[in-house]
Amino acid sequence: MAAFSDRKTLITGIFVVVGIIFLLRLFQLQVADSTYKRFADNNALRKVVQYPARGLIYDRNHELLVYNKAAYDLLVIPRETGRFDTLAFAAMLDVPADLFTAELKKASAYSRYKPSVIVKQISHEKYASIQEQLYKMKGFYIQSRTLREYPRRIAAHALGYVGEVTQAMIDSNAYYQSGDYIGISGIEAAYEEELRGEKGVKYYMVDVHNRIQGSYLEGEMDTIARIGRNLTTTIDYRLQEYAEKLMQNKRGSVVAIEPSTGEVLALVNAPSYDPNLLVGRARGRNYSLLLSDPVKPLFNRALMAQYPPGSTFKMAQALVALEEGAITPQTRFHCAGGYSSGSFRVACHHNQSFEVVESIARSCNAYYVYAFRAILENPRYASIREAYDAWREYMLKFGFGRTLGSDLKNELKGMVPTSDYYQRYVFGTARWRALPIISLSIGQGELGITPFQLANYCAMLANRGYYYIPHIVREIEGREIPEKFRVRQESGISRSYFEPVIEGMEQVMTAGTGARSAIPGIAVCGKTGTAQNPHGADHSVFMAFAPRENPRIAVSVYVENGIWGATYAAPISSLVIEKYLNDTISSQRLWLEESMLKANLMNPSVIPVNDGDEE
Amino acid sequence: MATRNKLWANIDWITFFVFLLLALLGWINIYAAVYDDSHKSILDISQRYGKQMLWILAALVIGFAILIIESNFYVFFAWAFYGLTIFLLILVLFVGVEINGSKSWFIIGDFQIQPSEFAKFSTSLAVAKLMSGYNFRFGSPAGLLRVGVVILLPALLILLQPDTGSAIVFASFLLVLYREGLSGVVLFFAALTVVLFLLSLLVPNYLLLVILFLGALAAHYILNQRFRMVYMALGITSGMVLLVALADRITGAGLDPEVIVLGGMIPALAWFLFWISRHRIKRTMVIILVFVSSVAFTYSVDFVFNEILEKHHRDRINELLGIQSDPLGAGYNVNQSKIAIGSGGFLGKGFLRGTQTKYNFVPEQSTDFIFCTVGEEWGFAGSAVVIFLFIFLFIRLIILAERQRSAFSRIYGYSVAIILFFHFMVNIGMTIGLMPVIGIPLPFFSYGGSSLWAFTVLLFIFLRLDASRLDKLV
Repeated sequence: MAAFSDRKTLITGIFVVVGIIFLLRLFQLQVADSTYKRFADNNALRKVVQYPARGLIYDRNHELLVYNKAAYDLLVIPRETGRFDTLAFAAMLDVPADLFTAELKKASAYSRYKPSVIVKQISHEKYASIQEQLYKMKGFYIQSRTLREYPRRIAAHALGYVGEVTQAMIDSNAYYQSGDYIGISGIEAAYEEELRGEKGVKYYMVDVHNRIQGSYLEGEMDTIARIGRNLTTTIDYRLQEYAEKLMQNKRGSVVAIEPSTGEVLALVNAPSYDPNLLVGRARGRNYSLLLSDPVKPLFNRALMAQYPPGSTFKMAQALVALEEGAITPQTRFHCAGGYSSGSFRVACHHNQSFEVVESIARSCNAYYVYAFRAILENPRYASIREAYDAWREYMLKFGFGRTLGSDLKNELKGMVPTSDYYQRYVFGTARWRALPIISLSIGQGELGITPFQLANYCAMLANRGYYYIPHIVREIEGREIPEKFRVRQESGISRSYFEPVIEGMEQVMTAGTGARSAIPGIAVCGKTGTAQNPHGADHSVFMAFAPRENPRIAVSVYVENGIWGATYAAPISSLVIEKYLNDTISSQRLWLEESMLKANLMNPSVIPVNDGDEE
Repeated sequence: MATRNKLWANIDWITFFVFLLLALLGWINIYAAVYDDSHKSILDISQRYGKQMLWILAALVIGFAILIIESNFYVFFAWAFYGLTIFLLILVLFVGVEINGSKSWFIIGDFQIQPSEFAKFSTSLAVAKLMSGYNFRFGSPAGLLRVGVVILLPALLILLQPDTGSAIVFASFLLVLYREGLSGVVLFFAALTVVLFLLSLLVPNYLLLVILFLGALAAHYILNQRFRMVYMALGITSGMVLLVALADRITGAGLDPEVIVLGGMIPALAWFLFWISRHRIKRTMVIILVFVSSVAFTYSVDFVFNEILEKHHRDRINELLGIQSDPLGAGYNVNQSKIAIGSGGFLGKGFLRGTQTKYNFVPEQSTDFIFCTVGEEWGFAGSAVVIFLFIFLFIRLIILAERQRSAFSRIYGYSVAIILFFHFMVNIGMTIGLMPVIGIPLPFFSYGGSSLWAFTVLLFIFLRLDASRLDKLV
């Protein structure tokens, strides 16, 4: 085939010719013709993220609780900066020069191509004054942001706060980028997706002098920022404000729920803090101050503190005993100053026998020991353990020992021990008996109930057997709230058994332990309690709903180290109820309001001595 | 052991180092093209550049494996490779995974492979095997038919995927066949077809008729050296056309210029045919036949273009020819690519300093448009180096092919050189706006394991054949 070997010349020739054509063309494109360089200059893209304003938050009567104020971040793209006078620039920005150069270095180390924020949250006034100078600074850009502002300084825990995303959040959610803000607790966190809106991106063509030449591809690649949705919460700001005032200088919480809807009217933690502290440049410093404060102002007691419920638990026991047929409304148990069995003794202070109604009104411990024994030793069940499991099911239905599924973050489960727990830690291989766990009947022992759960339980009693999952947002602009908040959660107790229990609760207020907190003209049904505290003075507990018919509010109040429910928790509850229902406190109760406002339980040395003997 | 030692001494290390250099340059430019600040290490295997490094290393292992196998292996198993490839190309139509609208990929676990990439080397082996056979003659229609089937079968199967770009690569074999004795006329007609295709899209038909006619006259003069007939033909035909034009003007019919030209030409042509049949001038006969079929082809182009090609093909061709200009639509890629390359200037913007190939202005930056990064960051100087390296490699491969004693090795060597060249021509031509957008990779440069390995296999089999060029090959 050597015959055709001259053809290699043509083939090689084609190679060379194509190579030469390419070189000529490249020369034309790259050297001779400057059009493409101009194109490229105009082609330099600046990507500007459009941060939408976060949604506003209103109270149930459309009073503004949270809004936005403008702030400006200064960004730098280190690769684009030219030479400039660092000192003068820092002075203009009102930033210490050394800090400014340190930030610049950090930005370069992070990335020479990507923008980094070097001065955060420049105020609107400052921005206006430096705006004129900024365009001269190559590589520096301003990005407008919004900061939260809380005009009423209330409901810090419920509203939550906004902070910068952490690296872990960026890694787990592609939406967020370094420097973005995100709701970290409370409503801000729970409704982050609704509140934040959607970031937009605008692509601008900029020339070599970094001046914007217009939008890129006529904005075809831009995405429009969608501002956050406004939320209407279920909070009644006047009630919230009032309850916070009553709780000043105390530790504890107030939770108020509208029974007919499950809407949270007030969610008070004490001590609290001004939510404006956790905004802007001062956030980091204030946060660590709050975090190290020994009275734990950041602690969301309403959702996370777990106390034994004390005597407030008695209604639940009465209801289960009635439903299970362990007692009837007419069953009487005799209290001989308590209950004794061998060396076992539960103290009480009566010497008479009670039916259900009086047992609640008089808060008889002995009655409930008998009733609980009747539940556990119910012949319907093969064993005490089985009866206990059935009982525990009721407790879960009442919302104890589990999270309620509300829209508030950080809800804790509390504790209602499983039978396995008792098997392992109490009975071991021994036979189940009622006595070792009998203190559950009066809300003591291995029980942990949060104030939130207690308020929900109170709403369930108010509704005579069902509740709606408590929630704090009633309206999301342009969207429905989740369907689950409209579904009745049943307690599994027949409606008829509620009447004696509620009658007992009303008598608490008319003739029982809560009488001092009765509100003239309003039929309040309540129950006092004392939560045992192994670390110090017991806690004052009270729950109540009102009015008795068609209740509009159910409240739980814990006052730590307040000892008796009647001393602090009951008056505070009654004032909250009166404020909500009547809008004002009647003149004959102003003394009570006054004494509650004055009460200071923050100093351990003035904690009242345990001198009462009721409950 | 003696042959082993001889093997390493006989390998053409020049080719090997050019190959390695191109692969490394490709890797660096992939790094620049997809550079991501948060993954700065070029070895970060979560990124394309890290993966490309692994693939280059794997390619070296593959290359080594190919070199240590006896060269006769490739000769003996040429048909087996080909058969396997055909099987895979059929299989991929049924069990392949569709990516970007083509069923071209097998996906096994994390591993993706494109059989069409490997069809290039196996078809080269098969063509070399077939044409180096003792009883093979180009002269016989049977011989041509057999080669045609061997080349077109994989091309058609790839067209079914459909992956037009990879299928067009098989046109490279035309040049291989030419080297082995295929008549230059075929090459001429192939070139004529392409030119006519482009002209028929660019100029109005009547003008094309005139051009063809003048071309035919020129061909006639070159072949016969007789002016008298050229004058005669020119005079008669233009007279006829003028007559028709005059009639058109007088009657005021307002005929299309195309009809006028055809109306004059057809009677003139009839007269020529009659005249030639009496004088039996064979060459003139051929010219007239070529002329007539060219005219017929011109008219069929419109049909092919509008009815057979798909819209994105039409758009790409129209963009290339400047018939339509839609820099934000069909022309977007090429326009951005030209801006990126053009903005590089003489010396380029410098490594990692490109702005156009960042920010995703240019699509497919690391694969089909990798040359943009070269153009932008290394400028004319860098682009020229890359062009020189490629042309050097191709010429080197031709020199190697010509020094083979066995026809098999020579044919295979030509196939390698021309297939690589075809990719080079189409890919770079596309980025600088001289070729329509056809998505085929730049050999050794573009990101992607399948194509890198396929090109490595293609090249290294030839290096192995070349290393044993002094042995007697079957």
